[in-house]
Amino acid sequence: MHPAYSVILFTTASGAGYGLLALLSIAGLLNLVPLDPWLGFTGFLVSYAFITIGLLSSTFHLGHPERAWRAFSQWRTSWLSREGVMAIATYVPTGMFALGWFFDWTGGWVWALLGWLGVVFSIVTVYCTGMIYASLKTIRQWHMPQVAPLYVLLAAATGAVLLNLLLTVFGDARPWSFWTAIVLLASAMLFKMQYWVAAETDSKSHTAGRATGLGRFGKVRAFEPPHSTPNFVMREMGHRVGRKHARTLRTLAVVFGFAIPIAASAMLLLSSPLPSWLWATVATVSGAIGILIERWLFFAEAQHVVTLFYGEQEA
Amino acid sequence: MTSLPKSTGKKLGLVIDLDICVGCQGCVTSCKEWNTGGYSAPLTDEDPYGADPHGAWLNRVHGYEVGEGAEGRTVHFPRSCLHCDTPDCVTVCPTGASYKREEDGIVLVNPDTCIGCKLCSWACPYGAREYDYDDGVMKKCTLCVDRIYNENLDPRDRVPACVRACPTGARHFGDLGDPESEVSQLVRDRGGYDLLPEMGYRPVNKYLPPREARDVSSAVLIDEPATTKNEKTSAADRFFAWADQVLSR
Ligand code: SF4
Ligand code: SF4
Repeated sequence: MHPAYSVILFTTASGAGYGLLALLSIAGLLNLVPLDPWLGFTGFLVSYAFITIGLLSSTFHLGHPERAWRAFSQWRTSWLSREGVMAIATYVPTGMFALGWFFDWTGGWVWALLGWLGVVFSIVTVYCTGMIYASLKTIRQWHMPQVAPLYVLLAAATGAVLLNLLLTVFGDARPWSFWTAIVLLASAMLFKMQYWVAAETDSKSHTAGRATGLGRFGKVRAFEPPHSTPNFVMREMGHRVGRKHARTLRTLAVVFGFAIPIAASAMLLLSSPLPSWLWATVATVSGAIGILIERWLFFAEAQHVVTLFYGEQEA
Repeated sequence: MTSLPKSTGKKLGLVIDLDICVGCQGCVTSCKEWNTGGYSAPLTDEDPYGADPHGAWLNRVHGYEVGEGAEGRTVHFPRSCLHCDTPDCVTVCPTGASYKREEDGIVLVNPDTCIGCKLCSWACPYGAREYDYDDGVMKKCTLCVDRIYNENLDPRDRVPACVRACPTGARHFGDLGDPESEVSQLVRDRGGYDLLPEMGYRPVNKYLPPREARDVSSAVLIDEPATTKNEKTSAADRFFAWADQVLSR
């Protein structure tokens, strides 16, 4: 699949934003951080900035962004519609929770309820994002049970890295937040690696012979293409470059996305001579690079069954 | 509404005969000509006279080479929307622009509500949907919904433009939901099949397989003994020998 930058930015930025939103809310609800108004203000502002940039970027690739509101209507069948509805719905409880935090209306059960509701909504939104891809039967590497939970776990891990940066800047960092980041990053890394192995060992079940129904006469080879230059279908779904460089890029994704952020978070646990916000910044910048590579690969490595009509033997 | 109808009154669709299609692209151009002025108007082409011409077309004809050596054959393979019974291209649509008609099963895109998110094209296994970069909406075969019910047209023209254009009669149009219809009978007689049935989309359009190749081994001229017997075979002799072989097949 063609790795469109708007969609890569959408899934990574909004994922990290929802991750931070949920973790910050949990930290506040469990009294793991001081309910300092400016910590809350900055934290929620940063989450909303990431989420909103992501959502806006997802509308850039629409042919008619001015009609985007129509996408809220088909939540009964469409995961994309559900994602849109949940994304907007999440602003409500989290926004009220954030206001409560800032104006010190904390402590009541209403505030707690709004907080937990926001956490659940954030998780469900990211899950819906994952399901947009996981629900497509046409793309084997996406139509796997790991895909949607992986989106949630990666969102949590990137959110934890952002939370560390926030807390170190405010001087409120505690070991629990470093441990949270390490555990989430490590499990996301293992899960992603398990996904890569599974995607590779999973047998390709569709063939050019089955797609055209001509397999009964022997091997099917594309002879005369139906058009002289790539059409929309080939531009959108015929991407092959990614698969060539997959190995190197996977290594880079693991090193930048997980290994370096884990190591930097571990440095926060030890007493290092360097300021803690510096380590948190290293984790954030490296994590961002790694997760962008990971997401680029998610698209670039995915093979659509339509390629069988265009000369691929199996998909 | 992107929910699928529980069942459709008719199942209008095409039956494509791969034994007959010669790959002339007549249906392709005829489709483009009709639809760029019809329901799907405009079907924009990008850079049409430049180095990278491409555009939205609703019907494409591939040429495949199948099998090896003397058993090998060329098969021309038209590909357009199969108006599937249970297609995900409809259910993934977030706006309801992509829908399947309850009365006849035709799958359409409403160009006034489509936001151009392209998700439906990802959900189609058959590459049947082409995005119009200029118009910003998804385009697909409408089964010439603006021809087949059009009372201003001569009755023989009330079929999809591709069917009307095909010079070899390789394309048939009809109700595949009615077991007694001509198209259904054709599918039964010729062993018509679904593309990628394992995807579970239950395509309405069917493909008729190329017929078994005739045994051509006797048609290969083995003129070794003939020439040794008589070096000076005349053109007429060779013609009769050839005719004999053809007729005795
Ligand atoms: S062929 Fe593709 S576009 Fe047409 S109904 Fe089936 S899935 Fe949808
Ligand atoms: S491109 Fe249009 S028709 Fe297709 S899923 Fe998006 S809104 Fe629906």
